[in-house]
Amino acid sequence: MCLGIPGKITRTYEQDGLKMGRVDFGGTQRDVCLAYVPEAQAGQYVIVHVGFAISVLSEEEAQQTLEALQELYDVQAELGEEPLE
Amino acid sequence: MNYIESFRDPALAQALLQEIRASITRPWVLMEICGGQTHAIMRHGLDQLLPPEVELVHGPGCPVCVTPLEQIDRALAIASRPEVIFCSYGDMLRVPGSHRDLFSVRAAGGDVRVVYSPLDAVRIAQENPEKQVVFFAIGFETTAPPNAMSVLHAHHLGLRNYSVLVSHVRVPPAMHAILGSPGNRVQGFLLAGHVCAVMGYHEYPPLAEQYRVPMVVTGFEPLDILRGVHRLIRLLEHGAVRVENAYERAVTLEGNPAAQAVIRKVFEPCDRQWRGIGRIPQSGWQLRPEFSEFDAVRRFEVGELRARESPLCIAGEILQGRKKPHQCPAFGVQCTPQAPLGATMVSAEGACAAYYRYGRERLLPR
Repeated sequence: MCLGIPGKITRTYEQDGLKMGRVDFGGTQRDVCLAYVPEAQAGQYVIVHVGFAISVLSEEEAQQTLEALQELYDVQAELGEEPLE
Repeated sequence: MNYIESFRDPALAQALLQEIRASITRPWVLMEICGGQTHAIMRHGLDQLLPPEVELVHGPGCPVCVTPLEQIDRALAIASRPEVIFCSYGDMLRVPGSHRDLFSVRAAGGDVRVVYSPLDAVRIAQENPEKQVVFFAIGFETTAPPNAMSVLHAHHLGLRNYSVLVSHVRVPPAMHAILGSPGNRVQGFLLAGHVCAVMGYHEYPPLAEQYRVPMVVTGFEPLDILRGVHRLIRLLEHGAVRVENAYERAVTLEGNPAAQAVIRKVFEPCDRQWRGIGRIPQSGWQLRPEFSEFDAVRRFEVGELRARESPLCIAGEILQGRKKPHQCPAFGVQCTPQAPLGATMVSAEGACAAYYRYGRERLLPR
């Protein structure tokens, strides 16, 4: 129940006065309420909990995190540290 | 960008593990709050990849687990009524009340339905005006905005046949209870990333300061959890008491203002009973008086129900990090996911259920 998962908004629409969106979770499509992410647009990724998007994922932040980890990996490789089994 | 696969990269995970190994000099006890993180740690075997100095204990962050027995019995009493369609998140159906569960109510002819979103329950109320539709509104700060929106939406639609059985709890008061208890072992916290996505993390620095315990906002993929552990170990090793954010792509300091506004509009703080732990002051939310017409406890007069827990179950000690699931004599014997005795074996996100499913009892000494 409580597992939030990232999905990509494919289109947005309105229903009974609520902002909604069609969201793709790796091939599975679901209707998701976007009332809590009013700025979200098609093409963006959101974290969805029980049918509601609670956060728009920042692609920039995600890139920075992965780049920092890649750097860590490269430095370790350069120092020739043994990877863990 | 693939937000799932990229954060499961094994080579980058090894790099982080290497960093953790290099920076740790002594044993530390860390607690992850969220049941989703407990599940991810077990599923990906992170507890076994981390150096032995890192002990992970599992917090009370599974709403299915901490919903008190009384509340389950109230749900069962309401769901058994012939005029009621009872809607719930799927994992509540197997949770045993004092005598039975929601599945057995359904087997006996009750109309019990699993919904994915609370808005589905509102739609069922629209489609069935002759029935009373009740939604079991449980959960932490992550399900509070959806559950609150269902009440607000039903109010806007003028629905008179929709009500909610509210059992909302909040993370920071539970952390207070754990840190303030005499048997506390927790030295650092991995904060629940999605709770922080909703509420922000400005509530935590005073808590960290009061108990001198560092905290790191942590996500749910393997790299997120390892980053959280790495940052926390670094803080602990330096004697630094701070709250850091290691889930930057989803969490900001302020959280989600739209969600917080709707929570405040519909709910107000209240004392709550936690299954396995006891009463924690101001640890939950209840409907504001303006929305009391949506309160299922009032509508069906089930407020006076009382219940008693199994004396065998040690869920309370597990939820506070004092014991591990496999240290319970009933674990896997009298208590299994098919026939759970208590809170933590009930939900897939519960610590006992995760240990059972991923076979941890065979790998660890009792």
